[in-house]
Amino acid sequence: MSLAGSLVAAVVLATAVTACAPAAPQTVTITIHYSTFDAAAISVPAGVPITFVLVNEDPIDHEWLIGDEGFHEGHRTGTHAAHGEVPTEVTVPALATVETTITFDDPGRLDYICHLPGHEAYGMVGTLTVEG
Amino acid sequence: MRRPLLSLAVAAAALLVTAAPTLACGGLIGPNGAVNLLRTTTFAGYHDGVEHYVTSFEFAGGGGAFGSITPLPDIPSDVERGGDWTLQRLIRETDPVEEAFFDRFALSGAAADGEAEVLLETTIDALDITILRGGGDEVGTWAKNHGFRLPPDAPEVLDFYAERSPIFMAAAFDADAAAERGQAVGDGTPVHLTIPTDNPWVPLRILGLGKAAAETVQADVYLLTDERPALLPNAGAFAEDEGLLLDHSAAATESLLADLRSDTGMEWVPEQAWLTKVVVDVTADQLDFDLAIDASGAGAPSPIDAGFAPFGPDPVPRAPVALYLLLAGALIVTAPLVFERVARPTGGRPLAGA
Repeated sequence: MSLAGSLVAAVVLATAVTACAPAAPQTVTITIHYSTFDAAAISVPAGVPITFVLVNEDPIDHEWLIGDEGFHEGHRTGTHAAHGEVPTEVTVPALATVETTITFDDPGRLDYICHLPGHEAYGMVGTLTVEG
Repeated sequence: MRRPLLSLAVAAAALLVTAAPTLACGGLIGPNGAVNLLRTTTFAGYHDGVEHYVTSFEFAGGGGAFGSITPLPDIPSDVERGGDWTLQRLIRETDPVEEAFFDRFALSGAAADGEAEVLLETTIDALDITILRGGGDEVGTWAKNHGFRLPPDAPEVLDFYAERSPIFMAAAFDADAAAERGQAVGDGTPVHLTIPTDNPWVPLRILGLGKAAAETVQADVYLLTDERPALLPNAGAFAEDEGLLLDHSAAATESLLADLRSDTGMEWVPEQAWLTKVVVDVTADQLDFDLAIDASGAGAPSPIDAGFAPFGPDPVPRAPVALYLLLAGALIVTAPLVFERVARPTGGRPLAGA
């Protein structure tokens, strides 16, 4: 096999391996400062594990809850003192950093909101678009 | 715009927060984010380089615990129970109103990691008073660790004050203890702080903390100074559209001074003084300043104290300030006293959930 033929074979093999391997995880960092998400709009691919690094620079607790409108409607009247068991429902303690990893299977739009009293009205809202 | 009579007792300098670590109702910030403002009255007297700051915490009924955090210009040398009638007497001096109104104010009456430093602790009636020194994060952490639940605008507001003066007073009020003491709804607990400082200033911005942008903040600030003070913003002049009204400015009457001097802890009241009353009537989103006071007679209140200039090692040049005040003086003569509310710009600070 010529050198050129070897290169072509290598590229084809590499492409095949890439196509079969799971998508590499991605990391998105969201910083909270003065009760505001620094990223108000984010786009991520569907089917890829996304690790969200949530950095709370405030001396007060915050939440990062992501879901559709029905999800948020339930949390607006919820009574959870804290979150953490579910990757899409995270409490970010004061001056702390928390990570959570989520894979979004379906394209669409979701919102992430802090549902502590008064925080959503104050503007702690962001939008995540899952691209197909 | 005049406000209802009862709101005369709403005053400056109380940041109201809950001391309830859970979502239980009864605190000033309930599970739905509602803030139930506690009415207080505040008086700042300045004589011989010492500010005498008197504020009253009124028992609003209910149970549980709640509290407030008040920024201070410097470290107090003393914190004690205030006199029983100083605040009421000041109201009567500037607002002659029906006696029924006064009946409501009948005479009654070391840091962990990351926390602010505790300078002083004392208990006055059902109030636990703590004087703190620290930055916004440290004070916020102390408050969180001691059961205060701060509203979402607190981080920015605490930084706003801590950059100029890292001294705060936290007052935790135990309503159950107050009830056990026999305090009735409407009873106040006056607190008198003695604060050696170069010039007094009165925190106003903190009054809007936890409030929705369109909510109105109404407060009365009484000042008793040796000289007629210069104020920034200059109430009654260019700041009229910022919701400040110079409601009273005159030499204090002998009878007032005598009455004040006869109250507990008020022996410092001089023989002659100037009484000023500034009325604050502004929406929360407009209230992004404090009241700087120059009681020296030099006529140069600090723009830093007013929150107009960032605190830093380089002093703000005085000349532009003097010009600013000169223009303000011209406006006193020429400007009509119009209070114009400015609509909240969209995209600004979002509404708080109060």
